[in-house]
Amino acid sequence: MTSPLPLSSPSISPIFGRLSLDALPLHELPVLVAFAGVAVGGIALLAIITYYKAWGMLWRDWFTSVDHKKIGIMYIILGLVMFVRGFSDALMMRAQQAMAFNGNPGYLPPDHYNQIFTAHGVIMIFFVAMPLVAGLMNFVVPLQIGARDVSFPYLNNFSFWMTTAGAVITMISLFVGNYARTGWLAMPPLSGIAASPDVGVDYYIWGLQVAGVGTLLSGVNLIATIVKMRAPGMTLMKMPVFVWTSLCTNTLIVAAFPVLTAVLALLSLDRYVGMQFFTNGLGGNPMMYVNLIWIWGHPEVYILILPAFGVFSEVVATFASKRLFGYTSMIYATIVITILAYLVWLHHFFTMGSGASVNSFFAITTMIISIPTGAKIFNWLFTMYHGRIRYELPMMWTVAFMLTFVIGGMTGVLLAVPPADFVLHNSLFLIAHFHNVIIGGVVFGMFAGINYWWPKAFGFTLDRVWGKRQFWLWVVGFWFAFAPVYALGLMGVTRRLSQFDDASLQPYFLVAGFGALLILAGTGAMFVQFFVSFRNREKLRDVTGDPWDGRTLEWSTSSPPPDYNFPFTPVVYDNDAWWDMKRRGYVRPTTGFRKIHMPKNTGTGVILAGLSVAFGFGMIWYMWWLAVVSLVGIFAVAIGHSFNYKRDFYIPVEDVVRTEDERTRLLAGEGVSA
Amino acid sequence: MSADTLHNSAHGHDHHDHEHAHGEAPHGSLRGYMIGFILSVILTAIPFALVMTGKLDATTTAVIVLSMAAIQVVVHMVFFLHMTTTAEGGWSFLALLFTVIVIVITLSGSIWVMYHMNANMMPATPAAIAESMSQQ
Amino acid sequence: MSAQTFEATANGETPLFYEVEEHHHPEGSSTMLGFWMYLMSDCLIFAILFACYAVLGHSYGGGEGPKQLFELPLVALNTAMLLFSSLTYGFAMLTMERPGASVRAVQGWLIVTGLFGLAFLCIELYEFSNLIHEGAGPWRSAFLSSFFTLVGTHGLHVTVGLIWLVTLVAQIGMHGLGQANRRRLMCLSMFWHFLDVIWIGVFTIVYLMGVLG
Repeated sequence: MTSPLPLSSPSISPIFGRLSLDALPLHELPVLVAFAGVAVGGIALLAIITYYKAWGMLWRDWFTSVDHKKIGIMYIILGLVMFVRGFSDALMMRAQQAMAFNGNPGYLPPDHYNQIFTAHGVIMIFFVAMPLVAGLMNFVVPLQIGARDVSFPYLNNFSFWMTTAGAVITMISLFVGNYARTGWLAMPPLSGIAASPDVGVDYYIWGLQVAGVGTLLSGVNLIATIVKMRAPGMTLMKMPVFVWTSLCTNTLIVAAFPVLTAVLALLSLDRYVGMQFFTNGLGGNPMMYVNLIWIWGHPEVYILILPAFGVFSEVVATFASKRLFGYTSMIYATIVITILAYLVWLHHFFTMGSGASVNSFFAITTMIISIPTGAKIFNWLFTMYHGRIRYELPMMWTVAFMLTFVIGGMTGVLLAVPPADFVLHNSLFLIAHFHNVIIGGVVFGMFAGINYWWPKAFGFTLDRVWGKRQFWLWVVGFWFAFAPVYALGLMGVTRRLSQFDDASLQPYFLVAGFGALLILAGTGAMFVQFFVSFRNREKLRDVTGDPWDGRTLEWSTSSPPPDYNFPFTPVVYDNDAWWDMKRRGYVRPTTGFRKIHMPKNTGTGVILAGLSVAFGFGMIWYMWWLAVVSLVGIFAVAIGHSFNYKRDFYIPVEDVVRTEDERTRLLAGEGVSA
Repeated sequence: MSADTLHNSAHGHDHHDHEHAHGEAPHGSLRGYMIGFILSVILTAIPFALVMTGKLDATTTAVIVLSMAAIQVVVHMVFFLHMTTTAEGGWSFLALLFTVIVIVITLSGSIWVMYHMNANMMPATPAAIAESMSQQ
Repeated sequence: MSAQTFEATANGETPLFYEVEEHHHPEGSSTMLGFWMYLMSDCLIFAILFACYAVLGHSYGGGEGPKQLFELPLVALNTAMLLFSSLTYGFAMLTMERPGASVRAVQGWLIVTGLFGLAFLCIELYEFSNLIHEGAGPWRSAFLSSFFTLVGTHGLHVTVGLIWLVTLVAQIGMHGLGQANRRRLMCLSMFWHFLDVIWIGVFTIVYLMGVLG
């Protein structure tokens, strides 16, 4: 018996695999419009870069950079760009669902609609939320622990480009072929080769596999950084809370992403080699896929939310001008969440039929995990209590988070009750719940973080007026968009429907669509805010490096920080190290500088990521020669890189002196003594 | 883990690490490698012999085979991977411990969950169908 | 710097808030820990494959099971190859750690290790091709899918280890046994012994327990 390989059919060309002109969406108007938009925008961007002769600068200073600050910023740019794509998908779904009543099929054919909800979920989780979180951690963690870079700077660059390569593979599917129609977790047997024979699921698999390499290595890197590179005196219980939540998040990444990698590899083996893991015949068991992917999937939501919790902790303490209430309990709550995150995965499939004993166990663990989260909310509230609160933009996002997230958390506890879940499973109530916690928690957290650390990254604060517009449009828009979805879920409407028979439901979908438009306006306001702030950057300039009267070490250096972050390594005596330094009369050193040891830039990360895109593309389209050539290329480049032993250099002392003297001059002009 | 042990387990990154930079790597000795090797040979040979000859009954054999494997994993960890509770300030051991916990959860959880799933959802064997018919 | 320096000064005088000396993180001081964490994540990939084998290992799909398919003498031989390679890698490390170690001697032990690894791979491929010829390929049943994937993933790791080993033989030939190369040899050592630990699980759970029933 030979393998039932789908790979060697006569219709597969030896050169182009199964790629043909039919794969281009020449007959689908919405896709053509999107393609035209991306093409025009892309060409305009390339033209602008060429016009300003910026290619050399981009390559030297950004693409090949091993500086954690620049890599962090690039992650955030990636996240925001992909947000535009993911949010466009959301708007298209909202429009479709608002109009597809009374026999009107809407404007999206089901085949296209299914790709959109799949792409929306995948992009928002893997290529928006993950890069934003990774970007903030990369930018902030080394600064907060008083380090000059991460433990493995080259690996950091490589990780970023692998994440980008995954995003590129996913984006290619928009224009060449199609994307999975399976939902964001690609459950078999629907995602198996029998039900999904075309390239959609393969785009899904390879996009995530390539990005997963980056995510995993970045996790290893940040753990090693936090463990090994902390400033002298910074014991574990003196680390800033954001560093703690980053440590726990990266622990979750390192211990959860291998599961995703393995599961997707098994699905690939089913699809490519004809194995029987998750098929319906010869002993395969699709339920095993569901079980395994949620072992990754539940920790994943804590991977996203923990850094946001860290941001809120920093923001609350700073803007209440108080030490964080219950630091120790905050840390233990985070650790408990990290471990419990592995004990709740079955609550995603209570209805699959494990029976009462299994369901009860996972229902109880799920309810338990809400306790440390609740403790955190109280800690933030008590930090605000009797504080002198300044309602700057990051603080406003934090308050909105607490109000929104608590409700999302409570609907989550409702879903944790198996009998209730049997009614609500896969209903729009679930959709409203997880948008409630992910937007109200992660997205608001990222906005708080971007507004909070922007001045550190660029040396000027963000415009308040447009920031407030963004804030109100988003917060109000969120509730318009998802309150009706909760109601629809309670009425029994299930997820992923593209047309409806019951006309009485339409008003709810119209309100939800209106909410999505408010969020669109809020997103526009955010980009206007970036633009306006950049234009007024001289007026918004902060030369102190400490615009918020901050408490942690990143505020002790200039904004933007020099390449080496700190001319002298800080020594830490207290939790809020910078607050302690300011309180006890720290005087900034202005002499005695030395040359500083730094890692060199490298283009290897970009090249390896490019080859990975080619490899993925070859695998997706069965262009075996391309896959083999790029795989050999990946090994050759990686091994070749390992023959380079000169990876570091010294920043000469004159450069350090020049940079620091410039800062001394600026601080004197501002009349600030510290 | 109490707050105190957290305080003590790592005091930042101070100059001590300079001295340890060379000495921190785990070292083996000829004696260690030989002990590890001989123990491994014994712990491998016995299970193979038991299964291949079938001298003992299946349950006893299974217990012996599994426990010898567990012991051998520890032997390899100690004599070949030079695992100690203090290497790298205890972080290696902590990472190992966390991994073991996650593995135990994943393995036992999957088996438990899937066993129940199969029992409840897949009564497709002829015997099970006959049984469910007779109950009606 | 002693521990007392980090205590807050009680009498209100300002302590020194920075290190005057250049604070130098020694090159590669994080490497061993970082690599260990990577290995732990790799371990979890194997854990998932073991979980699949545990759940699907009795789903023969009407085909043959371990009792009919596995040849324990072959597995015992394979296990011996891997165990010998672990010992010889240990000798390579001992040679490296000796003061004034000769590059040639280290290379020699590495090559011996590589040959044992190669023998292991050849035996495994022989076993796989036999099974496929008997009609027991990975597509035949969920049991065989999980068997081939688990054992094959281990074999893939050994292959990568061999490529790495050849690279290192070349690199210590070119650059000697400097700090960077010692660190690389230690990482490969961890990787190689780690694969041996995984193999204990494979021969116990897959082969021995499989044949036992």
